[in-house]
Amino acid sequence: MADPLFEYLQRLGDDSLILAQRLCEWCGRAPSVEVDLSIANMGLDLLGQAQLFLAYAGEIEGKGRDEDALAYHRDAAEFRNCLLVEQPNGDFAQTMARQFLFSLHRELLLEALTASSDTRIAEIAAKAVKEVRYHVELSSDWVIRLGDGTDESHRRMEEGLDWFWRFVDEMFELDALETELASSGIAADRRALRGEFDRRMTEVVERATLEVKPSQWPLSGGRRGRHGEELSRMLAEMQVLARAYPDARW
Amino acid sequence: MVGTAQDLQPDLLQRIRTVLEQVPDPELPVVSLVDLGIVREVACAEDGRVVVRITPTYTGCPATLVIQQSVRAALDEAGYSDVILETVLSPPWSTDMITDAGREKLRAYGIAPPGARQEAVACPRCGSTETREVSRFGSTPCKALWQCGSCSEPFDYFKCH
Repeated sequence: MADPLFEYLQRLGDDSLILAQRLCEWCGRAPSVEVDLSIANMGLDLLGQAQLFLAYAGEIEGKGRDEDALAYHRDAAEFRNCLLVEQPNGDFAQTMARQFLFSLHRELLLEALTASSDTRIAEIAAKAVKEVRYHVELSSDWVIRLGDGTDESHRRMEEGLDWFWRFVDEMFELDALETELASSGIAADRRALRGEFDRRMTEVVERATLEVKPSQWPLSGGRRGRHGEELSRMLAEMQVLARAYPDARW
Repeated sequence: MVGTAQDLQPDLLQRIRTVLEQVPDPELPVVSLVDLGIVREVACAEDGRVVVRITPTYTGCPATLVIQQSVRAALDEAGYSDVILETVLSPPWSTDMITDAGREKLRAYGIAPPGARQEAVACPRCGSTETREVSRFGSTPCKALWQCGSCSEPFDYFKCH
């Protein structure tokens, strides 16, 4: 069994990395140039955070892998991201629904991690949480604007959120590995974040004149490397250059 | 007893700081890395060498690598190849770390400097505070796009962070 800290850092890093890659698929295709910039900037923030977590993961593993080796040379089953972040972009409303649910959970998680007994994790979290607060604001604004907009935008925002309700529970799962890391103060207790998440999430969804729908069929497995087929397609595009030309440099 | 770099050359740290004051930010060449608060510290390391500590503005800022390279190049060129270059994350960079001189340079360049969170943003061209945010994210991660209602000029605003 791999070092629990190595596993945990991959979870933190992969959530950021996979969502960053998804967001960058919007580059040049967003509804307006301003939106294009904001999506690309959120992707950049997440990529930076992924770099910090995965570089640390590589050091803990101690086998000479750096953040690039982890990003480009692991196969889908080795990724530890939650299923929500790997979901296809769908339309703009679906992308904003995903961003809103992820960013709100991530803000609460990072806030908790600023008190981690692992100094390096605490430092990265303190840096990253400032960026993620912006993502929460921006995505909340869009959820409200589209939900409380025209019939068409309302319908699309509702469908966007409906696609993602089934992936929310997984973000708050605390398995044996994280329970142990949480008891030594390194990891955050994800379950303890759920109440605040639900409160703030419901507030935004209601302002958007939409409805929170508890998931009937929650899906999980991402933390154990059980992903949907869409992740493999995404990785094929993300990794092709690094694998076709190992050690290629600009 | 081994003397520290500072003991050997008391003004060494200051001279290195002066070199760094001349290194421009790659994306905002009007201000230096010292003005922006990216150079966190110039100090003596335990082994007696000088250590320069820099901090990234945003974790994903694409300029981070260029900044490290330009600091190293400037130090090499000034004859300080021995200096250790370290990147630190804590405490996280904030726009409060931009110096007053840096703020003034930004304004003169046409970029509204960051103010307090609730403070009105003044147009860097005409000074009017009748301004509005056009886009939360601008041409670089650290800036937002704003427009002045008085003179109609669109401008960059260095976001509070």
